[in-house]
Amino acid sequence: MASNGSARSGSGGRAAAQGGGRTSTASRKRNAEPNGHGSAETDVAATAQSPTSLRGRPESREQLIDFYRQMVLIRRFEEKTGEMYTRAKIGGYCHLNLGEEATVVGVMSALEPRDYVFTNYREHGYILGRGVDPNRVMAELFGKETGVSRGRGGSMHLFDAEARFMGGYAIVGGQLPLATGAALTIAHKGLDEVVVCQMGDATTNIGAWHESLNIAQLWNLPVIFLIVNNQFGMGTSVEKGSAEPDLYKKACAYRMRAERVDGNDLLAVRDATLRAVEAGRKDKAPTVLEAVSFRHRGHSVVDPDRYRPREFVEKGRSHDPIPAYGRSLLDAGLLDENGLKQIDDQVNRIVEASVAFADESPEPEPKDLYVFDFASEVPNIDRSLPGDHTGLADIGGAAALGGR
Amino acid sequence: MAIITYRQALHDTLRDEMLRDENVVLMGEEIGVFEGSYKITAGLLQEFGEKRVRDTPIAEEGFVGAAVGAAMLGLRPVVEIMTINFIMLAIDQIVNHAAKIHYMFGGQSRVPMVIRTPGGGGQQLAATHSQNPEVWFAHVPGLKVVAPSTPADARGLLKSAIRDDDPVIFLENLALYNTRGEVPEDGPDDVIPLGTADIKREGKDISIIAYSRMAAVAVNVAEQLANEYGIDAEVVDIRSLRPLDRTTIVNSVKKTNRAVVFEEDWRSYGVGAEVAATIQEYAFDYLDAPVRRIAAAEVALPYSKVMELSALPTAQHLVDAVRATLAASGGARRNGGIVIPGLAGVARG
Repeated sequence: MASNGSARSGSGGRAAAQGGGRTSTASRKRNAEPNGHGSAETDVAATAQSPTSLRGRPESREQLIDFYRQMVLIRRFEEKTGEMYTRAKIGGYCHLNLGEEATVVGVMSALEPRDYVFTNYREHGYILGRGVDPNRVMAELFGKETGVSRGRGGSMHLFDAEARFMGGYAIVGGQLPLATGAALTIAHKGLDEVVVCQMGDATTNIGAWHESLNIAQLWNLPVIFLIVNNQFGMGTSVEKGSAEPDLYKKACAYRMRAERVDGNDLLAVRDATLRAVEAGRKDKAPTVLEAVSFRHRGHSVVDPDRYRPREFVEKGRSHDPIPAYGRSLLDAGLLDENGLKQIDDQVNRIVEASVAFADESPEPEPKDLYVFDFASEVPNIDRSLPGDHTGLADIGGAAALGGR
Repeated sequence: MAIITYRQALHDTLRDEMLRDENVVLMGEEIGVFEGSYKITAGLLQEFGEKRVRDTPIAEEGFVGAAVGAAMLGLRPVVEIMTINFIMLAIDQIVNHAAKIHYMFGGQSRVPMVIRTPGGGGQQLAATHSQNPEVWFAHVPGLKVVAPSTPADARGLLKSAIRDDDPVIFLENLALYNTRGEVPEDGPDDVIPLGTADIKREGKDISIIAYSRMAAVAVNVAEQLANEYGIDAEVVDIRSLRPLDRTTIVNSVKKTNRAVVFEEDWRSYGVGAEVAATIQEYAFDYLDAPVRRIAAAEVALPYSKVMELSALPTAQHLVDAVRATLAASGGARRNGGIVIPGLAGVARG
C-alpha cells in the first residue's frame, strides 16, 4: 500500500499539513508573447468562458463527438481508479488526470498512430487517449499479468509498444532525455514521426529540462515538450517553484517554438498540438507547448489537498472542461441531451467491464520474477531469491573435485 | 595475431562494429572534431560523418538519456563519457531508466547501448578525477558491467557489449590505454561473452582475483612471485563485474585453497567484498587462510604524488599479501616441501 515516503511522485514529503492560505496563484492577466501564436492567460476562468467554437471546424461530427466520449472515458476511469484505490485493489502511488481531460484528449487526438508518446507518472488518461484497451490499463493498475506492462509497472509505468506509448516515468524530468533521444532516432532515420513528451509544470525547474531542450533545438529533433501546467508541483505553486512563472517563455533561452494554450479548451489544445506536429514533421522543429490546466484533486490519490487556496480550487472545478464541451456539442446541434447520456452510459459500461476484467485476471507468477531481467541472455546471470542461502547450487560440483 | 595497444583495440573495434551495423552510432563529448579526449575515436568522424559520430554538449544527463531513448527506437548508441567521474551526472538515466526499462514495461522495450568510460587513479588528477565507482553500477539489476584488462579483452568484450540488447557499462582505465598485447584477427573467435571471467595465468598455490588495471598488474606480480619466491599464483581476471562469474572464481579457490582480492576501488563495500563473500559462501571448506583484500585507501585521492601513491594499491602490496597468506596457511606445497623461508608448514596431499 501507499507508503508515506517523500518521493516526489508520492504524497508524503512536502505535501499537505500546511493548511490553506499558501500563496494563491496569480490570476493577473499575462499577455503572452509566444513565437507567433495565440493569446494566453494563466487565469483559467477567464479563458474557459469562450472555448473554441465547434462551428466551421474541419473535424467530422463523429470526431467532435468522440472527443467528448474520450474525455468522459478518462473521467470515469479515473474516478473508478480512485475508488478502487480506496478499496485496496490498487496499491503504490496513484496520480489521476481528473480535470485535465481536455488537455489529454486535445493533444492525443492531434497525433497519428506512427507518433510516439512519453509521459510522466500521471498518465492513465494519455494511454487511454492513445486508444489502448481500458481493460489492460485497469489490469495494470491492479498489478495483473494481463496489464499493459504485465503487472511489472503499475500506475506510473504504463507502456504499450503497439500504440507507441513509450511509458510513464516516475522520476521528475526523467522522460525528457528519453523522448529527445527517441526523436534523435527518428531524425537519424529520416522519418516524419514526432514525439510528444508530457510533463508537469515543476519539471521545467529540473536540469533534464534544460539539457533536453538545448539538445532538441541544437539537433533539430521533432519533439513536443508538453507542459501540463496545473499550477502546482505537488504542494508548491508555479510562482514559488519557477523564477519565470510563464513557463512557455523558458523556451526562449533555446530559441525554441513555444505556445501557451488554455488546457480546458480541447480544440485550442488540439489546434496548438497540430501546429507543433506540423513543425516537427516538416521542419524537424521542437516545440514547447504549455497547457494551463487544473487538477480536480490532490497530487495523488492519498493527498488530502490542503495546500491549495479554497477559492482557487472552487474556481478551477467550476470550469470543468467536460460539461463545457458537452454544452458546445448541444449548442452546435451535433448531439442532444439523450446523445450525451448514451455516451455516459456506454462509458460507464466500459469502465465497469475494465474493473471486472482486472479483478478476474490472474496475478503474475512469482516464479516469473526473473523473466524480463535482461533482453540478451549471457552466462552467469544471478537469479537467486532472498531465501537462497547461496545464489548457485554447488558451484563446480564439490564432488567432482573430490571434496575435502 | 597482432600486437596493438588497448587504445588501438578499442578504436578498431568501434570502427569494425560501425562498418558491420549501420545502427551503431557514437555519442559523447569531444569524440568527433577533437577526436576524443583519449583519442579512442580518432578518424571516425571523417570516416562516418556527423550522423554517426555525434559530438554532444557537456550535459551528461541529457545525452546519456538521449542515447537511452534512441536505443529504445532501434539505434545502438555507444556513448563515451570523458571520464567516469562525470557519470554521476547521468546516474538517474542509467539507474532509473536504462537499467529498468526492459523489466518494468514487461519486456516490451529494450535498451541496446554501451557506455564507455575510463576511470582510475595514479595520474595526479586529484579527488574528483581519480575515482573507481564501478561497484555502484555492478550493484544494479538490469545493467551489465565489464572491465577489460588487456587489448584482446577490450576488443572481445566491446564487440559483445555493442551487440548485446541490454545497457552495458564498459569500464576502461586511463593507465591501460598505452599497454600492448596480442589481439586475435577479426572473426568469431575474438568475441568474448559478457559475464565470463578469465584465468590469465594458471597456478596451484594461491588465487589472485582482480580486474581492469589491477588484473594487468597481477599478471606481472605472478611472474615475480614465481621467479623470486617459487610461488605459483593463479590470476583470475574477473573481467565482468555484472554478471559475476562466480564459478570460475570459486573453482580457482577450490584448487589453490587461498585467495587475495586485488582492486583499485575503495575497500568498503567494493567489488572485492562481493568476491570474498562469494568465496566464503561456496568454498569455505577449501580455504586454508582468510581471504585478504588489497584496495584503495578510504580517502578522496590527494593531488600530491607521494600522498596519492600511498593511497593506491601497488604490486608490492600484492606480493606482501600473497606471501602473508601463504605463511598463514603453511606455505606453498612443492613435492611435500615448503618453499617460503622460515615457515614450517604442513603439506597436505
